[in-house]
Amino acid sequence: MKNKVALTGNEAVAQAMRQINPDVVAAYPITPSTEVVQMFSSFVANGKVDTEFVTVESEHSAMSATMGASAAGARAMTCTSSQGLAYMFEVVYIAASMRLPIVFPVANRALSGPINIHCDHSDAMGIKQAGVIQLFSENAQEAYDNMIQAIRIAEHPDVQLPVSVNYDGFITSHALDVLEILDDETVKNFIGVYKPREALLNVNEPVSMGSFDMYDYYFEHKYQQVAAMEAAKRVIEEVGKEYAKISGRNYGLVDAYKLDDADMAVVVMNSAAGSSKGVCDELRAKGLKVGVLKPRAFRPFPHEAIADALKGVKAVAVLDRAETFSTLGGPMFADVRNSLYDLKNDIKVVNYVYGLGGRDLRLEDVEQIYSDLDDIIKTGKVDNFVRYLGLRE
Amino acid sequence: MTPSDKNLSQCCSSKCISPDMNWKELTKAGNIYTPGNASTYETGDWRTIRPVWDEERCIHCLICWRYCPDASIISTGGKFDSFDYKHCKGCGICANVCPAHAIEMISEDEIEKQKEAQKDEE
Amino acid sequence: MATLKELAQVEERFVGGHRLCAGCGHGISVRMVLNALENDENVVVGCATGCLEVASTIYPYTAWNCSFIHNAFENAAATISGVEAAYRSLKKQGKLKDDFKFVAFGGDGGTYDIGLQSLSGAMERGHKMVYVCLDNGAYMNTGIQRSSATPIGADTTTSPAGKVIPGKQQPRKDLAALIAAHNIPYVAQTAISNWQDVHKKAKKAFEVDGPAFINILSPCPRGWRYNTPDIVDLVKKAVETRFWPLYEVEDGKWKLNSKPKKYVSVEEFLKPQGRFKHVFAPGNEDLLKRIQEEVDKQWLALLERCGEEPELPPR
Repeated sequence: MKNKVALTGNEAVAQAMRQINPDVVAAYPITPSTEVVQMFSSFVANGKVDTEFVTVESEHSAMSATMGASAAGARAMTCTSSQGLAYMFEVVYIAASMRLPIVFPVANRALSGPINIHCDHSDAMGIKQAGVIQLFSENAQEAYDNMIQAIRIAEHPDVQLPVSVNYDGFITSHALDVLEILDDETVKNFIGVYKPREALLNVNEPVSMGSFDMYDYYFEHKYQQVAAMEAAKRVIEEVGKEYAKISGRNYGLVDAYKLDDADMAVVVMNSAAGSSKGVCDELRAKGLKVGVLKPRAFRPFPHEAIADALKGVKAVAVLDRAETFSTLGGPMFADVRNSLYDLKNDIKVVNYVYGLGGRDLRLEDVEQIYSDLDDIIKTGKVDNFVRYLGLRE
Repeated sequence: MTPSDKNLSQCCSSKCISPDMNWKELTKAGNIYTPGNASTYETGDWRTIRPVWDEERCIHCLICWRYCPDASIISTGGKFDSFDYKHCKGCGICANVCPAHAIEMISEDEIEKQKEAQKDEE
Repeated sequence: MATLKELAQVEERFVGGHRLCAGCGHGISVRMVLNALENDENVVVGCATGCLEVASTIYPYTAWNCSFIHNAFENAAATISGVEAAYRSLKKQGKLKDDFKFVAFGGDGGTYDIGLQSLSGAMERGHKMVYVCLDNGAYMNTGIQRSSATPIGADTTTSPAGKVIPGKQQPRKDLAALIAAHNIPYVAQTAISNWQDVHKKAKKAFEVDGPAFINILSPCPRGWRYNTPDIVDLVKKAVETRFWPLYEVEDGKWKLNSKPKKYVSVEEFLKPQGRFKHVFAPGNEDLLKRIQEEVDKQWLALLERCGEEPELPPR
């Protein structure tokens, strides 16, 4: 049974967590993800979940306690944003290396400084090398759907990695949206009973976790993480297909929108993908061959699917809601351009850094990008391949 | 391909895990599924002096057992039994805490010489 | 009180083959604490990054004869609090039958300094766990840098005894008092020179219904530069000179566990240690005086907390 409801992104995520009914949640307040924690604590207070809720004194401890719980053999979650994720940074790496299947929503928000509470992706991009799976969500529906699927992905025997579910702070987290949520029983059956392969609380098989690894073993253990990430690409697609059966909604590694015959494509994640699709539709109505590519998984990076989806286009604009200060553009730009290199198709790729600190991406901005791509195709030249959309110059 | 999450061969002893193994053969995440298997790692060769037990003097108070940092005093039935020379690092604490002066620290070189002398006699 | 004959028959949970230095105080302390558990009690041990952790779980070897988790330097308390929360959750839901105890070990660096927030949070939240600080008064694992547990005057690699500044200039943080201010059921300070005291306190800590904290003086032969076999005598001196008083705080009630009969100068504790050698050099008389004043001041404050007449032992 499916229910159509009006929920904010945070409410949708909190509902998903209620349905997942984790054994332990350890979390700390931060704007804009705090609401999830507040709502969840009311589920705990009212007996709607079986969860032991740990009100930690920091995000560092939030992830640390979640790791302890997960290592103990519990299904454990946390939730954060921005500085909170930055503060967790150290232990996010360790959670990944310990192969703990922790699912944690991240309502994306700019990083200080200067301090800013609004949306961009610099928090998520800060942990792109941590070894956690990162799923991105266009709207509240996707945030909800990704949460449910994340459990299955994280706990899959071939994966066993943390999964962060990203959705845009305020734009998605606080805006009311209409979405479908599954009934509790369907979710319960879909995620199944958690059976950890090892657990600190298993009296029959005590285990030492977090051992000291020297140069004779460290490299191999790091490669195990690479292999798990590789496997995750397959598992994300498999779980997506299975999820389609209970939800009617399809999920893969990427969402290729009107790309089959497109000459121009915009590559963009999270809520801005929705705006881009709207502009794409309008331009299509005018006869322009435009499309949108929305990576759903950013880590692992689905480079094969991206190259496949973009192989026929002539020009691509990659939209990054984060800076790298490398002077070589945003984080996704580097990965997308890299993915296209071996096609040898002379696809022109241009980068737009946009929306930092919550600045709106207007529809006119997206139209301008397509118009720029049109110019690039006509002239065959990309001058200034890193551009700052809407920056006052 | 995924690494075996519980290395099959590790069930016997840690010696089954070795640096020539590839990433698939090693345990997941560096987990160790054999509690206390450090006992198969010998730290006895760190020793330059060794504790030697004087049975006559020993009053079996086990204060040496209490203060050994390396759990290298073996006791049976609540009595001193022997030193675990595989792990004893020769710190000398046991000899110092012994109220009956029943433990003497002797240089390993000296013991080596004595052994050789014995061999020569034979 | 169990006898050593009985205790020696309890299963060893921290086995030989670990790679702590010869004569390391941590090996003694950890064995004493875990020895307070009965054979049929299950325990999960957590450990902060430090000497104990790097020496006890060098892959593929573990010296822990029980479940063990190391996470990072500053989060042993938070990590074990998560394990304990999982235990309560799984128990409550009927998903787990067995009973467990929980203990986290941290050095003074991982406890007084970088792990203080994590420890404070875990204590305040009331997890049923024991936190044991193995206090050797400096960051020994990284090469003897001063911590907030380093005693005043000590020569460390970041508070070197120089011509202008003779070692560490600040007195130690009073961590046990700080943790006692969390109003948890049990806080204790103990020392291996009195094994019965360690045993009793560890037993109480494992048994109370809530968080417990134990601070153990755990000498480091390298960092303190004393004659390694003399560890027990040295710790005895730490207690006799009132540098390291033995006390406990049970449900908010402070109790002194041992009261020296006569005034023993702190010199007795300092002299055998290389890290205090400069204190006895001509020109540093004031420093020695300051160290003694600090010890006496702390002692009087402790007596007052314990409801005892605040007076120094007879000289």
